[in-house]
Amino acid sequence: MALTDVTHDAQDFVPAVEVEEVELYHPKTWLGKYVFSQDAKIIALQYSITAMAVGLLALVLSVLMRIQLAWPGALSFITPDAYIQFVTMHGMIMVIYLLTALFLGGFGNYLIPLMLGARDMVFPYVNMISYWVYLFAVLLLLASFFTPGGPTGSGWTLYPPQAILPGTPGSGWGITLMVISLVFFVIGFTMGGLNYVVTVLQARTRGMTLMRMPLTIWAIFTATVLALLAFPALLVSCIMMSLDNLLGTSYFMPAIVSLGQQLDYSGGSPVLFQHLFWFFGHPEVYIVALPAFGIVSDLLSVHARKNIFGYRLMVWAIVVIGGLSFVVWAHHMYVSGMNPYFGFFFATTTLIIAVPTAIKVYNWVLTLWRGNIRLTVPMLYAIGFVFTFINGGLTGIFLGNVIVDVPLSDTYFVVAHFHMVMAVSPILAVFGAVYHWYPKITGRMLNEGLGRFHFWVTFVGLYCLYYPMHYLGILGVPRRYFSNVGPNGLPDFIPDSAQFVNIWITIAAICVASSQLVFLYNLFASATRGKPAGGNPWGATTLEWQTTNTPPTHGNFGKELPSVYRWAYDYSVPGAEEDFIPQNVPAGKNTGQAS
Amino acid sequence: MSIFRTLSTKPWIAERGYVSDSHGFRLPTAKVFLSVFLGVVTSVFGLLTAAYFIRMAYADWQALPVPALLWLNTAILILSSVTLQWARVAASREQADGVRRGLLAGGALAFAFLVGQLLVWRQLGSLGYFVDSNPSNSFFYLITGLHGLHLLGGLVAWFRASVRLWRGAEVAKIRMSVELCAVYWHFLLLVWLVMFGLLLVT
Repeated sequence: MALTDVTHDAQDFVPAVEVEEVELYHPKTWLGKYVFSQDAKIIALQYSITAMAVGLLALVLSVLMRIQLAWPGALSFITPDAYIQFVTMHGMIMVIYLLTALFLGGFGNYLIPLMLGARDMVFPYVNMISYWVYLFAVLLLLASFFTPGGPTGSGWTLYPPQAILPGTPGSGWGITLMVISLVFFVIGFTMGGLNYVVTVLQARTRGMTLMRMPLTIWAIFTATVLALLAFPALLVSCIMMSLDNLLGTSYFMPAIVSLGQQLDYSGGSPVLFQHLFWFFGHPEVYIVALPAFGIVSDLLSVHARKNIFGYRLMVWAIVVIGGLSFVVWAHHMYVSGMNPYFGFFFATTTLIIAVPTAIKVYNWVLTLWRGNIRLTVPMLYAIGFVFTFINGGLTGIFLGNVIVDVPLSDTYFVVAHFHMVMAVSPILAVFGAVYHWYPKITGRMLNEGLGRFHFWVTFVGLYCLYYPMHYLGILGVPRRYFSNVGPNGLPDFIPDSAQFVNIWITIAAICVASSQLVFLYNLFASATRGKPAGGNPWGATTLEWQTTNTPPTHGNFGKELPSVYRWAYDYSVPGAEEDFIPQNVPAGKNTGQAS
Repeated sequence: MSIFRTLSTKPWIAERGYVSDSHGFRLPTAKVFLSVFLGVVTSVFGLLTAAYFIRMAYADWQALPVPALLWLNTAILILSSVTLQWARVAASREQADGVRRGLLAGGALAFAFLVGQLLVWRQLGSLGYFVDSNPSNSFFYLITGLHGLHLLGGLVAWFRASVRLWRGAEVAKIRMSVELCAVYWHFLLLVWLVMFGLLLVT
């Protein structure tokens, strides 16, 4: 690797960065600037707002489900059909249309160019199209609520044959729109994803070597690579499913009698669908977990004023987790009737993932060890993430073993596990990231008091919500059931105590859900009335905090792109004047390093 | 291996105070973009192949007769790839006439291939091999359809490059587009040969 020595004299002129200049498209109209924008920052906001809006809908659906479980029949419009439709839409929206879109489309778009010192994504036009295709996919999904029969009620895994057979709610229009929406999501995501990967590979500013990149970028980069390779499985299975549905092919559909009628299908393999679906579905877990890992690493380091412990191991762990995530998919299928020897293989690979994951957890804890910890709101969320992720990870060891998984399958234990590990944990990281980067995006701080309130209600509430669910699961309470009470209004096949737990969980869920209104209020109110933040309120080293303007203008940096002289974690360097040295500061007298 | 050297650098001590000149690969960005995209397409067709093998093992699978026209189509696609390679070489030598001829022939042959594939569909249909009559038929229509769509996407890029050339753009200006088209064509040819092989073997 060629190095330019810039250390003879701190006053020495360092030549301007010789990066190919990206030809920026300068819009002239308001529409081109804020709606059909090619600026990654605007696209990021568009992605985030759309994802959060549709996520809010999914949140409401989950509260409705909880009300039905605690007080069956309290809301008369929740029929068994509607209930399972809510389950399906809640899962699908949260996993794909909220988390994937928010982490990669939202944070990816905002942070990749800024943190790497680039003017924009390498293909801004494709980037813009990516958002509009995503929006179209969201609208198709929402449209399925207004079709005859309503949205699909097949569960977010869309397992055939039940997904397309009459009897499952939304088996006509619902499932058709669902798979078409997913196909568009994949196409839109691929456009964005190619951009993120190529931008990381090609558009880093001078001095930003791969091993100087902040862990957020490493994580988003790896997650995008996973998504680019895994989403084709979803694409292929969706296309094949819609052919089964619309043209009567038998990829997945076995010979089957439905409502007394022998259908035209024959010989198809539902397990084949499960293999394809989970070949996408498992990497998907890491597509939303890895960006959370990266973001939390950066938040912990910044707010503990300490360099990240074991940077190299953190990078390797991200890459290794990404690789392993492609060889564990069938641990979702232990009860599917596949070859039992597969179970042995997939249990082994699944448990191996614990190794790089544990490395990350130890490194987070060791980063905090004797750090100058500032319990800011982002830091609270980052620490909350570490706690929650360990909890969710531990139940993953239970479920990764075939003999433990079989009796726990399809119980609330599974629901509790995957919510802890891929719903609560990533969403805590999202909140941490929003509180952390909001000052850069708007130029104003979020209200600290409201933020703390939001954190404690959310964090404690989520534990009240999901901890008891593990016990329900061990008791054998099945998931996806519309009601646990019999015709006389009393718990039917579960003990009274379990029904009491259900009521408790619902109350916790309502508290957590309503506290999100505080967060929304904070987001809107602080945009105009928040305390002015200045360029670098947290004293962070990474490049997005070193822009000339806050919020950064079109083109991100001033006339010249910054040069990078160091890694992203120079906090509390002995002898340095301040407790952080930005990445674009060369060695000199203020850094405590010989120039 | 430089990737291992990269991954084993110690950013917290090494090169402090130095600006590294390395940023990005030395490859042009458009080429990196195409390589990553080819990775995605490989994933699509790889998964289809896996699904093909899994589904084939079931009792109701009946192999599809291979229409003779498919051999002709394969030959046309090979020629299309060869002529685009010719255009690519001509572009690197800045021979405008060669590029024109190569592009035109390559694109026309690709169109011919697509028309040929549609004819194969019609032939099979008239013989009663519909998309839903047997899983092997379903896979055949799906694979040829997806492959055709990818080629159609390539033709959009080909069309844009051709229009620029005929409007009088210098060869040097469209050299990259021609090169990327040729690489994409070779890739789709490879995919087709594998898929065709799959059909012949099974």
